Amino acid sequence: MSIDKQDVQKIAHLARLALTETDADQYQHSLSSVLALVEQMQSVNTDGVEPLSNPLEMTQRLREDIVTEENRRDAFLANAPQTEAGLFLVPKVID
Amino acid sequence: MFEQSISTLAQKLRNKDISSVELTRLFLARIAKLDPQLNSFITVSEQRALEQAAAADALLQSGKGTSLTGIPVAHKDLFCTEGTLTTCGSKMLHNFVPPYESTVTSRIQQAGAVMLGKTNMDEFAMGSSNENSFYGAVRNPWNLDMVPGGSSGGSAAAIAAGLAVTATGTDTGGSIRQPASFCGITGLKPTYGRVSRFGMIAYASSLDQGGPMAKSAEDCAHLMQAMAGFDEKDSTSADKPADDYLANLNAPLTGLKIGLPKEYFGEGLDSKVADVIMAAVKEFEKLGATVKEISLPNLQLSIPSYYVIAPSEASSNLSRFDGVRFGHRCDDPKDLLDMYTRSRAEGFGTEVQKRIMVGTYALSEGYYDAYYLKAQKIRRLIKEDFVKALEEVDVIMGPVAPTTAFGLGSKTSDPVAMYLEDIYTLSVNLAGIPAMSVPAGFADGMPVGLQVMGNYFAEAKLLNIAHQYQQHTDWHLQTPTMAKGA
Repeated sequence: MSIDKQDVQKIAHLARLALTETDADQYQHSLSSVLALVEQMQSVNTDGVEPLSNPLEMTQRLREDIVTEENRRDAFLANAPQTEAGLFLVPKVID
Repeated sequence: MFEQSISTLAQKLRNKDISSVELTRLFLARIAKLDPQLNSFITVSEQRALEQAAAADALLQSGKGTSLTGIPVAHKDLFCTEGTLTTCGSKMLHNFVPPYESTVTSRIQQAGAVMLGKTNMDEFAMGSSNENSFYGAVRNPWNLDMVPGGSSGGSAAAIAAGLAVTATGTDTGGSIRQPASFCGITGLKPTYGRVSRFGMIAYASSLDQGGPMAKSAEDCAHLMQAMAGFDEKDSTSADKPADDYLANLNAPLTGLKIGLPKEYFGEGLDSKVADVIMAAVKEFEKLGATVKEISLPNLQLSIPSYYVIAPSEASSNLSRFDGVRFGHRCDDPKDLLDMYTRSRAEGFGTEVQKRIMVGTYALSEGYYDAYYLKAQKIRRLIKEDFVKALEEVDVIMGPVAPTTAFGLGSKTSDPVAMYLEDIYTLSVNLAGIPAMSVPAGFADGMPVGLQVMGNYFAEAKLLNIAHQYQQHTDWHLQTPTMAKGA
């Protein structure tokens, strides 16, 4: 199945990726070829087959709800592009 | 010295024939001299290496340590290393210095190994040629015009060229086995959950698995011994004790039942590669194994299933790169949305953006059932094929890839053609079973890897099989010309 340029723009928006017009053209082509490749799945009968999400079919292990990590705020802030007063700084969200 | 096994080097270190500092300097000098031709390292951590080597020498002096103590290793630049740049091959993480250590690198460090540096890779492990790295393509030591394979191409090239004794890799759809095959080294993708994913930068969480890469199966066993085992920090870690991977290397192969899936020898397989694989199978027969043809009927479907599941999981995992807490941020964002979209468009390369978009589409409203759920149902069919086959035979053998290493740039214009190259490796990750690439010969001067696939948690058996083969062949001991005499 092929997708049009509007679809590409919509997907890019959902994925939070800025696309130029040229990018959109290019991705329209490359996404369509991937979707054509995966299309062959539709001809397979999978009635009654349970989806497999974990190859070992393990269930999530739970742990006690207790604090196990020490506070390392400064170490984690050190990788942030912009910080102020011990907080991550982002562009203004609310006017 | 650079061509010697871990066992031999460990003995020399213990006998004080050489110190770890001397050995480390030897490898650092080789990297400085040869890596400009290969580009296999993104970061060389000389200072950290020499400090660790000095500590290893002190430990050896007091008669302590393991077989890895003082041995120079390299890590794929996808394992977080505290205080050492970790880029994942991406511009997005060009300045990321992790505040913590991955479980894998931490365990290898605790075993006393010396970290030489971080190896090049396809960006976020997405690629089969190592051409998708922001830090430039890696070249194959056997022929500098050829790709080393990917995504663990830097680790494979570094080992083949004698720039590290052993290295870590990760395998989501073949990323340990295919570069091992292309570069003529040995690599093991363990059972899903056998090696901790904590501190491994995630690509597709239900498929990703770290593993050892080295010249020989025995060296892989040494690294696996340190890496494997339960880790409470990884929620999908297998809660089951690790085996002793060295104990059974010498077990005889008499009576071993080998299955050859007919789908691995059909159309698309290079006839010279097929010849090498069949010669290797003959060698196993000489060692007492029996061979029968089997079928994995849904093999072809592993490509569409993988190229839905992996991008879907990637689109979710890579949403954490938002320009807020770490990684690249665009200049002068005008608002929050502008910051997200431009930071991500600037930070991610084309292949990564494409896979994020494929995954976003597959998971979006109205398409989830037709793509993601359908792919997971097919995933079960693929797993059942292996389960059934492994009731009849002990191991499955076939090629790792349909061809030997291809030329740099020869497939970049048609990524879907490159996806088709993964046909023999993807299904193993979908099923979650372990598999190895073992050097089995050459076709037109380029290495060919034999793939050995086994049952869940049969890593020790696979290493035993590969080791026995390597006791009777010397393909794994071949050295590319560029690595000699340096």
